[in-house]
Amino acid sequence: MKATNNTERAGRSSDILVIRGGRVIDPANGLDGVRDLVIADGRIASCTPSATVPRDARTIDATGLVVCPGFVDLHTHVREPGYEYKETVASATRAAAAGGFTTICAMPNTNPINDTRAVTELVIEVAAREGVVNVRPIGAITKGSRGEELAEMGDLAEAGCVAVSDDGRPVTNSLVMRRALEYAQAFDLPVIDHCEDLALSAEGVMHEGKISTMLGLHGIPAAAEEVMVARDLVLCELTGGRLHLAHMSSAGSIRMIREAKARGVRVTAEACPHHFSLTDEAVIGFATNAKMNPPLRTRADVEAVIEGLADGTIDAIATDHAPHAAEEKSWPIDQAPCGIVGLETALPLALALVTAGRLSLPQLIRLLTIQPAALIKIDRGSLSVGAVADVTIIDPAKQWVVEPAEFRSKSRNTPFAGWKMTGRVVSTLVAGKVVYADQ
Amino acid sequence: MNLKRKDLLGIREMEIDEINLILSTADSFKEVAGREIKKVPTLRGRTVVNLFFEPSTRTRASFELAAKRLSADVINISTSASSVVKGETLLDTAKNLEAMGADVIVIRHSSSGAPTLLARALRCSVINAGDGAHEHPTQALVDLSTILERKGRLSGLTVAIVGDVLHSRVARSNLWGLTKLGARVRLAGPPTMVPRELAAFGAEVTWSLDEAVDGADVVMALRLQLERQGRAYFPTLREYSRLWGLTRERLQRAKPDVLVMHPGPVNRGVEIAPEIADGLSSVILNQVTNGLAVRMAVLYLLSGGKSESGRG
Repeated sequence: MKATNNTERAGRSSDILVIRGGRVIDPANGLDGVRDLVIADGRIASCTPSATVPRDARTIDATGLVVCPGFVDLHTHVREPGYEYKETVASATRAAAAGGFTTICAMPNTNPINDTRAVTELVIEVAAREGVVNVRPIGAITKGSRGEELAEMGDLAEAGCVAVSDDGRPVTNSLVMRRALEYAQAFDLPVIDHCEDLALSAEGVMHEGKISTMLGLHGIPAAAEEVMVARDLVLCELTGGRLHLAHMSSAGSIRMIREAKARGVRVTAEACPHHFSLTDEAVIGFATNAKMNPPLRTRADVEAVIEGLADGTIDAIATDHAPHAAEEKSWPIDQAPCGIVGLETALPLALALVTAGRLSLPQLIRLLTIQPAALIKIDRGSLSVGAVADVTIIDPAKQWVVEPAEFRSKSRNTPFAGWKMTGRVVSTLVAGKVVYADQ
Repeated sequence: MNLKRKDLLGIREMEIDEINLILSTADSFKEVAGREIKKVPTLRGRTVVNLFFEPSTRTRASFELAAKRLSADVINISTSASSVVKGETLLDTAKNLEAMGADVIVIRHSSSGAPTLLARALRCSVINAGDGAHEHPTQALVDLSTILERKGRLSGLTVAIVGDVLHSRVARSNLWGLTKLGARVRLAGPPTMVPRELAAFGAEVTWSLDEAVDGADVVMALRLQLERQGRAYFPTLREYSRLWGLTRERLQRAKPDVLVMHPGPVNRGVEIAPEIADGLSSVILNQVTNGLAVRMAVLYLLSGGKSESGRG
């Protein structure tokens, strides 16, 4: 897909791009219809059934395609600084663009951990210099993510962090979690918890159940997640803080969140594509690329996650993009690191839920755009007139096969290699500029 | 007739015919063990590497002797001597051994799936000599062979496997092998150590040793890892052995001609009373003897089932 210049004129007063004839889905404005989207100087200028195209405007023909706000990922492991052999800001943002994401939230478990203004500023600076999509850092909840003393959240927020999380580790100490939920309110930051009772999950490699028993691998029971979800919900209610639960994977967790929301508890939650696409059977054969934390669970859990997405219990689809080097994933499964790359496969996996009739397309786009954007209070995720033009154009019918060698990510650790997918990003725009175009 | 596979990784993935082939081949190697000259030239010029990342006396010695009786060259590598301590990955270590011309790598590793990892990456044959809590296929073949030798059949027998099933690769391999060959398997032990999920694979799961032993043709005691006590699996060794230790009294519920088995090494007085381990029903040392023939059979069949002269 190429933007074509009608005329090139030096000294042109404004740069205009018209995306013509696409099915524009903008859940924030309740819009789903064929529109011409006009972008001027990097912002949305208009979105009408038939725009008059200025002579010097560039155009993109989006007939038969879906035009929507750029996706916002609340959960990306960018790995820079410290683990550049796995991923860098440059490679992660290119992977994001290829997957339709225009904003990614960088998890703080880098080296050094992002628990100070200095690291936050570094991430923002590198992103400005080398990134092709927006990078919003997430700061640590506690110093060194050790779960003991609170990090300087005020400083982190001022420097540009949009949330705090000790992701990769839970906040084990309930008092520290209570204080975090209280203190973060001064800066209106969501506290994102990785829910895992480490005593229950100890030595665990995969979901505890029939398959782990068969393979002789230590299991991580769903209860390891659920115990912490329950505690966090109680603390959220106690403090009135903004709790966000990362990568929810179990039916029990979904049930508790649903119940808490019904009572008005101020909780939000995210789910990852792998948790609604795969079960623990993917680990058979000791597949290290099916090792993640929380682990892939059972068919019943997958169903519960999908229901949570459908009924609003889950607020966002997040990738938990977790790149690891091939060497690391070729260790024995109990020693191999957890996690998979997710930015470049998230969309087709999510679209499969639409094909299966579980979600409507606008519902899905809402989970990828305005809802995560609203959660971290950034002015993205919509195509409102005047908004920064972060736009993703999708061909929902395009069939393709996942070939990890073609990933923009530096890492290849995916359980979806060779999968036949339907739906692909055609073009991704950040502030009106094309940062990714298919082929 | 040959095995259809390059590697022996587990019993679960094996066909009944393959298991029977190994068992019948083992029978002919038992005959060799009775000869005055116990060595045959079958694998002359072949190299077998024993790569052991966990301590082992029985299995390692058994594989070493089996390979030597087949006239193969044998190298033994154990953790302390290997380059693992220098940070080399498992895969690199194995690839180096293959580059030196290893035909068979016998691996024992504390990680479930480690042999599978090697088998995928190497052209040479890989034999699983025990991986984590996953499988110990040659031990199960030894046990099947020993039961067959004494009972003449497996089909219709009731076999009770008692103890720490959760962490036992021997229990898993035996469960797969025994059920494939038509035996009834009962699993018994403390609820913390007998995963209920195993019922989904055709085992009867009980927490009562008496129930498990009742009318059994074979009772197999599993080794208890003594350090599990500290991990809240059971309160004390005293209570464990009182409730799940195999005693003369308990064994009276079994068939009169019951076979008592144990994969070793035995914690005498914990999972099994000394007089039972040494008693008339015990075939524990027969298991060890048969181990040699079974491992010779496995090495022979994985090497193509051909003798040296037929090697082209």
